[in-house]
Amino acid sequence: MPRVAMEGNQAVAYAMRQVKPDVVAAYPISPQTEVVQAFADHVAAGEVETQYVAVESEHSAMSACIGAAASGARTMTASASQGIALMWEILYIAAGMRLPIVMAVINRALSANINIHCDHSDSMGCRDTGWLQIYAEDVQEGYDNMIQAVKIAERCSLPVMSCLDGYVLSHAMETLETADDDKVVGFVGAHKTAHSLLDLKHPVTFGPIDMTDYYFEHKRQGLAAYEGVAEVIEEVGTDFGKMTGRPYGLVDKYHLDDAEFGIIAMGSGAGTAKDVIDSLRAQGKRVGLLKLRSFRPFPARVVADAVSHLKALAVLDRASSPGAIAGPLFIEVTSALYLGNSTVPVQPYIYGLGGREFGPELVERVYAELPAITGNGRQLLPVHYLGVRE
Amino acid sequence: MKLPPNATWKQVALGGIIDEPGTSADYRTADWRTHIPVMNWDKCIQCLRCWIVCPDSAVTVADGKVTGFDLDHCKGCGICARECPPKVLAITMVLESTIKEAD
Repeated sequence: MPRVAMEGNQAVAYAMRQVKPDVVAAYPISPQTEVVQAFADHVAAGEVETQYVAVESEHSAMSACIGAAASGARTMTASASQGIALMWEILYIAAGMRLPIVMAVINRALSANINIHCDHSDSMGCRDTGWLQIYAEDVQEGYDNMIQAVKIAERCSLPVMSCLDGYVLSHAMETLETADDDKVVGFVGAHKTAHSLLDLKHPVTFGPIDMTDYYFEHKRQGLAAYEGVAEVIEEVGTDFGKMTGRPYGLVDKYHLDDAEFGIIAMGSGAGTAKDVIDSLRAQGKRVGLLKLRSFRPFPARVVADAVSHLKALAVLDRASSPGAIAGPLFIEVTSALYLGNSTVPVQPYIYGLGGREFGPELVERVYAELPAITGNGRQLLPVHYLGVRE
Repeated sequence: MKLPPNATWKQVALGGIIDEPGTSADYRTADWRTHIPVMNWDKCIQCLRCWIVCPDSAVTVADGKVTGFDLDHCKGCGICARECPPKVLAITMVLESTIKEAD
């Protein structure tokens, strides 16, 4: 297993080359541009036999991906922020038609005002589209998740977003372990579909009109499709661990089981929290982290079981939901705690919007604030904003 | 795959795919019709103009002659009546509810 230094975007493109998609249709947008640029280089150099479709917009990119996936092609794309916003109506169609498209989402803030830096508002904006969402903590995970996403998507017949924090990871040079090409090919296996738009001997219609008589049944079936997805993510993560020594699950616990105070976070922020935990643990403080890897499906039971013993919990959202009680992750987590009969007090935080620096001092502040809410029980506390000028 | 009437969500095809061709003929598209074409066979000269212009292929023909209308697919647009030659005017559009009341 070669160790190489790569930026996050290059690692994503490297994984795409190894997976050998039949079709990639994509449009460049910061901070994702380098993914499609590097992948187009792989195609131009003859390193991968992919039909690379340079389209005129993200709306067209996702539409082309749907056509390709419906024809039975292994299909991938990448986007971010406004690009994903432009794809939005087509995202629902990809999921509704049960097409296993994999998209690298290089997380970036949404306008206004114009900002190219990291937060999770783009992927949170398509929370209900029917796409799976898996978040990476570092470049290694960004690479690993892209490979696993293909297998998960094709086993579940559902599209997957593999999310990587823009700039923080997409443009961060990291040493990572890559798997050998032939091992990746063996891991993802061949892509077979029951139907193909190009099979003229067995003509099929994808996405037909669906009125009051059948739409609800098809939606209900699509919701049921999620029931086994968590198990598939775990199985694929375990198999990936057998191949690489890096197993994956739905969540990642860090010093959590014996902790008094915990944080839930997704993406690169989880890595920052781990560093702070190391130093606070050295001072004898019992602090821990639950890193959420899979946001869709949301592993409610796993989350509730993992944090219910805490004296207090902080939920860190890198997105906002205007008019809601707090950020989208907070809403999911507290629903899970309610169903798990947990009364652990929870403090909502919003951090890092528009790429605002999320340094260790902010994580330290969270752990310093949590003891004050011990014993609060179920109570909606006002959101604390980390790193904003008050 | 032929679905049973009132198929449940467990029976419908993955993603709503239709895995055989030509099934639109089984789907009644005439639900929103208000007017219905009524043919005066004494006037009809069998020019087949209505058959040519019908956007829903709802004018039925056998042995080269118009035989009537496919009322499962006629949307009542009235193009057939409008295009029937001025000297013939064999087709009249009638409010369907008044016909049903007469029945």
